[in-house]
Amino acid sequence: MRTLDERIAMKHGAGGRAMRTLIEQVFVEAFAAPIDGVGLADMDDGAAFRVGDRWLVITTDSHVVMPRFFPGGDIGRLAISGTVNDLSMMGAAEPLGLTCAVVIEEGFSREELLTIERSMRDAAREAGAPVVTGDTKVMGRGELDGIIINTTGVAFCDRIVRDSGLREGDRIVVTGTIGDHGIAVMSKRNDLALEGDLVSDVAPINALVRAALAAGGDAVTAMKDPTRGGLASALHEMAQKSKVGVVIDEPRLPLRTEVRAAAELLGIDPMHIANEGKAVMGVRPDAADRVLAALRAHPLGRDAAVIGVCVAERTGSIVLDTGVGRRLLAELDGEPMPRIC
Amino acid sequence: MIPSSALTRELKFRDPEGARALASSLARNVAAIGRPVSLMHVCGSHEQAIARYGLRATFPRDLNVIMGPGCPVCITDTPEVDEAVVLARRGMRIVTYGDMLRVPGSSLSLADAQAAGARIEVVYGALQAVELARASPNEPLVFFATGFETTAVATAAVILDDPPPNFFVLSAHKYIPPVMEIVAEMPETRVEGFLAAGHAATITGYALFERFVERHRIPVVVAGFEPLDILAGLVQLVEFVREGRAEVRNCYPRCVTRDGNVRAQAKLWRVFRPIGGKWRGIAHVPNGNLRLRDQWAHLDARRRFPIDLASLWDNAPPELAQRCRCGDIMAGITSPSACTLFGTDCTPEAPVGACMVSTEGTCRIWHQYGGVPELRR
Repeated sequence: MRTLDERIAMKHGAGGRAMRTLIEQVFVEAFAAPIDGVGLADMDDGAAFRVGDRWLVITTDSHVVMPRFFPGGDIGRLAISGTVNDLSMMGAAEPLGLTCAVVIEEGFSREELLTIERSMRDAAREAGAPVVTGDTKVMGRGELDGIIINTTGVAFCDRIVRDSGLREGDRIVVTGTIGDHGIAVMSKRNDLALEGDLVSDVAPINALVRAALAAGGDAVTAMKDPTRGGLASALHEMAQKSKVGVVIDEPRLPLRTEVRAAAELLGIDPMHIANEGKAVMGVRPDAADRVLAALRAHPLGRDAAVIGVCVAERTGSIVLDTGVGRRLLAELDGEPMPRIC
Repeated sequence: MIPSSALTRELKFRDPEGARALASSLARNVAAIGRPVSLMHVCGSHEQAIARYGLRATFPRDLNVIMGPGCPVCITDTPEVDEAVVLARRGMRIVTYGDMLRVPGSSLSLADAQAAGARIEVVYGALQAVELARASPNEPLVFFATGFETTAVATAAVILDDPPPNFFVLSAHKYIPPVMEIVAEMPETRVEGFLAAGHAATITGYALFERFVERHRIPVVVAGFEPLDILAGLVQLVEFVREGRAEVRNCYPRCVTRDGNVRAQAKLWRVFRPIGGKWRGIAHVPNGNLRLRDQWAHLDARRRFPIDLASLWDNAPPELAQRCRCGDIMAGITSPSACTLFGTDCTPEAPVGACMVSTEGTCRIWHQYGGVPELRR
């Protein structure tokens, strides 16, 4: 195998294999001390402590999206949604509160900061998650690119849902169309004149997750939000940790026509593109219809679909049935790059 | 831009039922032949579609579909990369397609030269290269032009359209038909039929293959790039093999005609002349390289600037490169999974061979789409 990378590259933050390897090599080694619950070594969406007969879930996320404003949202909405959704993926869909730490570049416009603050407030209200404490720092011009927003969230729950809980026979459910966020950001970033509306799906989905958990209960075996690295990375991580194989029925993937066309033009697989308002779930087969109906009854889950099934063969791999053939779904190694020729 | 309506039209060629019917016809025909059959395509876009849609999992075991020398980036020969590197190191402004940057030369790639301070820019097409030259008229700009006849036509078009005097071309363009003759005669490949690339044939027309078929007694089928196009093309090829017929058949009639785009051909041959030359990993290919005709000598970088290739020879070639099997892979003799570097020492992030660099390279495509494991039902 290759030696360790000397320098951190963009791929180490892209959500794929390179990032996971870096975290394992640097941070998990340092903080591997086991806790009673879910800790760093589990590399789940957050941590969980046992408190009496309940669980206290905590998660944190720093947001650096470029451009800061994109169709369907901005960095403020993203900062709230990202953390609320990570809590929800642990089964903790009723956040107690959030912290918010911002680092701002000297010269940043007050008006832009206020716009970001307003959309944070709106998203926090949607999620029922108050921001309860924070921190503000300013750095010199050129020392960072505009603004970095970190949010941390805490919540109690009775049962935690892991990303490692898939079992043979479980149905794989996605809560809606995939690739919307990444394509919207990419088309804005590269000024692509694409046909149709490309709008990010960024939203807090804790209410949607509550609906699924209320309908499915213990039959919801695993959850993960397919953010950076897209659905492909989320599925790989879940399959590897759960020691199952997954077969995905590609024609059943909910995909907006505009996203499909843009992804094809850019030469990028929609399954490698980030989502910011979606979840992928494992559901026991006898509860799949029930959970699907509950998801579809919610405005953010109208396009929810069963897209695959867990199998005993090829543990850790994702087999993609394309409708006209079958192949393995590869995990993204670096960043999704638009095709260059 | 792909309009949504065009996409909907293409989806028809990804219909699962149609694919199943063609796959079973493929199986019946190969079973009737009763022995292994090897077919070759010569196009990165065909390999992309075969891998993307997992078509190999639907092929019968006795059918071997090989990707031949169909990646223009991969077969650009080392001395050609060296020429661009030498010009770049002399301070010339070089523009080229993005995939060319990391293709290894004898010791340096263009990306290496760039890291050491050379001026190299990526363009998406010949027209953009001309625009860049026009924007800085006092500075010579060399367009390192690569690709098969499809992209060579675009280069020819800008040359005929009165480019500015500071625009120069370093042509590494290649012409596909002659290399099919070479591969057809290689004893190791035993190819019994060729799937020809639909987009190249829209320019050349399919009549071009008639002489080839006569000479080599090997059938050629022109096919498009949607999964059903490819399956239908393969079914036609195995039918020809089963019946012992050597013929040309156009299975892409919605784009390809017998004579092709005559005006584009006229442009191509007004600007370029075919000469013999080596293709990386393959062989010397008579008439396989496209060079500028004498009429265009004033914008031919090779004739305008001294290029001292020996200046690169002091640098030792990278050690891993000696284990690279790109040549055998492009000739269809072996496959990426048989290479010890594939997926470990050689990845798209840190490619060793040209086939892992280009999005049209076999290794890169296999890596992107999970290789070719046994996934038959």
